Amino acid sequence: MREVDSETMKIVVCVKQVPDSWAEKTLRPSDNTLDRESVDAVMNELDEYAVEEALRLQEAQGGEVVVLSMGPSQATDTIRKALSMGADAGVHVVDDGLHGSDAVATSLALAKAIEAQGADLVIFGSESTDARMSVVPAMVAERLGLPQLTFSSSVAVDGGTVRTNRVTEYGYDVVEAPLPALVSVVEKINEPRYPSFKGIMAAKKKPVQTLGLADLGVAAGEVGLGAAWSVVAEAAARPPKAKGTIVADDGSGGVAIADYLSAQKFI
Amino acid sequence: MAAVIAPVDRILPTSEARDLLALAAELADRELATRAPAAEASGTFPREVFDLLGQAGLLALPYPEAVGGGGQPYEVYLQVLEELAARWLTVPLGISVHVLSCFPVIAWGSEEQQERWLPQMLGGTTIGAYCLSEPHCGSDAAALTTRAERDGGVYRVTGTKAWITHAGVADFYNLLVRTGGRGAQGITCLLAPSGTPGLSVAAPEQKMGMSASPTAQVLLDGAEVDAADRIGAEGDGFRIAMQALDAGRLGIAACAVGLARGALDAAVAYARERQAFGQPIVGFQGLQFMLADMDTRIHAARALLLDAARRKDAGLPFSIAAARAKLFATDMAMSVTTDAVQVLGGAGYTTDFPVERYMREAKVLQIVEGTNQIQRVVIGRALATG
Ligand SMILES: Cc1cc2nc3c(=O)[nH]c(=O)nc-3n(C[C@H](O)[C@H](O)[C@H](O)COP(=O)(O)OP(=O)(O)OC[C@H]3O[C@@H](n4cnc5c(N)ncnc54)[C@H](O)[C@@H]3O)c2cc1C
Repeated sequence: MREVDSETMKIVVCVKQVPDSWAEKTLRPSDNTLDRESVDAVMNELDEYAVEEALRLQEAQGGEVVVLSMGPSQATDTIRKALSMGADAGVHVVDDGLHGSDAVATSLALAKAIEAQGADLVIFGSESTDARMSVVPAMVAERLGLPQLTFSSSVAVDGGTVRTNRVTEYGYDVVEAPLPALVSVVEKINEPRYPSFKGIMAAKKKPVQTLGLADLGVAAGEVGLGAAWSVVAEAAARPPKAKGTIVADDGSGGVAIADYLSAQKFI
Repeated sequence: MAAVIAPVDRILPTSEARDLLALAAELADRELATRAPAAEASGTFPREVFDLLGQAGLLALPYPEAVGGGGQPYEVYLQVLEELAARWLTVPLGISVHVLSCFPVIAWGSEEQQERWLPQMLGGTTIGAYCLSEPHCGSDAAALTTRAERDGGVYRVTGTKAWITHAGVADFYNLLVRTGGRGAQGITCLLAPSGTPGLSVAAPEQKMGMSASPTAQVLLDGAEVDAADRIGAEGDGFRIAMQALDAGRLGIAACAVGLARGALDAAVAYARERQAFGQPIVGFQGLQFMLADMDTRIHAARALLLDAARRKDAGLPFSIAAARAKLFATDMAMSVTTDAVQVLGGAGYTTDFPVERYMREAKVLQIVEGTNQIQRVVIGRALATG
């Protein structure tokens, strides 16, 4: 177990830029990957909770908060948002070779970047609104050999230990691990703050480091569309919603609805 | 059902302005749009929203950083107001009135007054009221009769101020009062904190719209205002008031652009969904042309507004430009919100959709901070006299 001085604790928060949830998403016709350039992008909502939790831990006991994002050049907007909320510094992993990376490749690039930072605590949102797999935090923890405390609804750091409430189907488990460790958070954990205009001005002066594949020591063949374990072979737009079925109730409406639901195998 | 407000593709001067507009849109979506219908229906002033926007630094954007403001040009500040107005008029209109209420101290206050007043005024925790109109005179403001008599270290103020936005919820009141003889030269500007003895507030007016924004008479019955809180000299009051209104009119114009945009987005969303004669109504050219005109007029008003704002930011005369922007933008908002009701048909006339409220709200913008007749007087007078 590593001794961690809470006053110098370094927290790395991973944030992802995702398409705004109301925006119409399209796939690039060339390779069936999500077209991230033509769509309005925002910080993944759960990552706001992750940033907030890091800032609260920092406010309670000091230390440094670094935000890390892998994404195309416009992902700097999301890094700047985290900085304007109060994070101290940013790291942007950006490289054309990363385009089309699946979760396995993403976890490799993130793990390398986190390793270079030397984090005491890594915080993730527990899923992204675009991919919704919730696997990247676990994969990164595995790659770094860190204990993983996922789906946390509360996080407390005490000396060299982190303790969380891990949300389960029946309630929560209280789990504890020595630092360094990796935590992912659910939206129950806090209420993220809004940036302030002062924060926006301050963010402009905060350092953001840009790292490519070569800086991370990752070979081009390990990431990107070419290394993906699965590819989207074909895609079609969702067909327009068909007109609903209207059941006129002449006394037998209940039976007709039951027949319909059972024909659709709902009951 | 509140329509999703589509982002506007803006040309902004700095990256912080871009981030600021993004923050304004986010706050508006999450904190304004969600609260507006209930608060307007019940007539509840959203103090907590002002507190939140104050924390975010959005209540003092156009004033210098050195005195605690955001140091933003009007060009940026007004677009923030527009962004908020697209979701809920009461809030940006209130910000505009607050910013107007800070103007006298910033432009005319002594160093001592600025040190004493500005931290609280610009700190995001207080809101102001601006008391010019009286029951018998609105357009003819120079005819005001509220009287202030100097009595040693205080002024004793007696009279009635009418139509005062934030009356009863404001933390400070700008009072335009008569200390001298008739006419504009006899008017003086005083600043009174809420709780000033002799200052009270009548029951709020029952209005056609903007019920969440309180409007009421301010009753002055020998109210004692510290002579140290006179802004400028005796007799400067009317000039202070008119300067404040020049800038304030730009705020009203920005509110009008935002309100109209909210109405257009609601109309477009409805027209894409609603079917008639076997097709979405947005496919009918007659309706499309209406939407196209609405869209074009909104953009024209924004362009006029930003031109006036840039003149002000550049230190050029802008008072005629501000009158044009206020006139055009608020007439535009009245017509666009009326058309939005038309696009929604019967649904538009019900409270199930927000457009009937937008139409009621638009009306007030043609009246406040100089009726649109008065804007025409300002523009016409300049043409007549050259
Ligand atoms: C919701 C609301 C909020 C307000 N908030 C404030 C506030 O915070 N502070 C404040 O001081 N006031 C406020 N006002 C008052 C507002 O500024 C006045 O109502 C406005 O200036 C018009 O004055 P009036 O109502 O006395 O109308 P009048 O001046 O009586 O005008 C009546 C009509 O005559 C027309 N008219 C008048 N003179 C002329 C002319 N020379 N040529 C052509 N037409 C003319 C006007 O355009 C109008 O159509 C508010 C009003 C409302 C409704």
